[in-house]
Amino acid sequence: MPQIEIDVNGAHHSVPVEPRLLLVHLLRDKLELTGTHVGCDTSSCGACTVLLNGESVKSCTMFAVQADGSAVITIEGIGASDALHPMQEAFWKMHGLQCGYCTPGMIVSAVDLLRRNPDPSDDEIRAGIEGNLCRCTGYENIIRAVRSAAAALRNDESRHSVAELLPVGGSN
Amino acid sequence: MRPFAYTRTASSSAAVATVTADRDAKFLAGGTNLIDLMKDTVEAPALLVDINALPFGDIVEHRTFVRIGALARMSDTADHPAVVRIAPAVAEALLASASPQLRNAATIGGNLMQRTRCAYFRDVATACNKREPGRGCAAIDGINRQHAVLGGSRDCICVHPSDMAVALLAVDAIVRTRGPRGERSIPIAAFHTLPGDTPQIETVLEHGELIVAVDIPISRLASTSTYVKVRDRASYEFALVSVGAALSVRDGKIADARLGLGGIAPKPWRALASERALIGVAPSAAAFERAAEIAVGGARGYGHNDFKIPLVKRLIVKSLASVAA
Repeated sequence: MPQIEIDVNGAHHSVPVEPRLLLVHLLRDKLELTGTHVGCDTSSCGACTVLLNGESVKSCTMFAVQADGSAVITIEGIGASDALHPMQEAFWKMHGLQCGYCTPGMIVSAVDLLRRNPDPSDDEIRAGIEGNLCRCTGYENIIRAVRSAAAALRNDESRHSVAELLPVGGSN
Repeated sequence: MRPFAYTRTASSSAAVATVTADRDAKFLAGGTNLIDLMKDTVEAPALLVDINALPFGDIVEHRTFVRIGALARMSDTADHPAVVRIAPAVAEALLASASPQLRNAATIGGNLMQRTRCAYFRDVATACNKREPGRGCAAIDGINRQHAVLGGSRDCICVHPSDMAVALLAVDAIVRTRGPRGERSIPIAAFHTLPGDTPQIETVLEHGELIVAVDIPISRLASTSTYVKVRDRASYEFALVSVGAALSVRDGKIADARLGLGGIAPKPWRALASERALIGVAPSAAAFERAAEIAVGGARGYGHNDFKIPLVKRLIVKSLASVAA
């Protein structure tokens, strides 16, 4: 069984994995990080979105072996209950969720969007989360939340930098 | 998903040799299409050879062409300044494809190798000659709204899903490969094949032959190119019909033209006769309408997809008008 080396939310793991194990199942079942959800299991809905070496990917459509040597950040690494990331605070304050199932993936995608584009227009926000489906909100409050988080982050760039969680040197 | 053996290598010759030696082996790059199909057992390789460590991830501008490594990600390619300048249609097509997460993972080589989105191909409970040669085609008399109006056969009327490949037709791209019998360069228009009575064969690649790069020659024509896509919703959807077009005009006459069509045929479709009809005439709505009419000569609808014939004609006219402007 292949052995992989992977950093998840800043912690190093050395794990044996069956080749067909999906990254999302490594995260949820072996590392017990259940914040990353499985929605459609067909790479459509985006509930399973995580950052791989700083870029958003769908962890249900990637083998864990493909992430060998990589740094992964899940929703648990974006913020904690007692120290929410500005994106999480914004989803809360702007009612960017109802059932919450899509929210971890939606937040990770939104964080990746702001990394590329710190001041997106509403259309750019819509394009940035096109790979994340929400069946509750109708998206309007999600767009407000992302816009609000973008403003908060622009005003305080030093806070909650997700890049801090990547190992020195960033990607492998 | 069925179990499989997994290996990886940083040597392209080892990767080619390993896949060549095993009929049931496949290359694994981004995996965004292959893994989905493996979950549904549409694909069940015995061995995956992970090629992500091969040195084919770069995009490099040379004097006469830009080389996009086969492992360059869709997102990096779409954002690359040389691609945007030399072949705008390709950047536009990539941004109109999939979603950010998939574009971050999926590769350029894999994009050319992706398989049809035909629902019958992906449902192992139904008949599909591509999945199981000889079993029949459930689409011909089934729900065929997505399906081909050109280039289909009695055995298969699927459409090729790649946006990028349609744009590559408009910029004369060349696919470079390394295989069991050495290296070769394949013009994009000759890369994919029509189903005929062997719909399981989709490209001219031999088993074990690996795409290493896509080259785009630098030309004025390619720099005018554009990609226009019509789909059921404005984002995150495959094309109903799409057009990759390029046009150069000299002394008031069309000097050269390229017209690639997507969503209407089992392969990225080059409308060669339309291109020829455009050369030497003044750009005008009438000339574009004539080119569109020629493009759908021989087109055939199967019921649900009849609308694609007028739709693609209108999109051809609109795209040519936009590149002529």
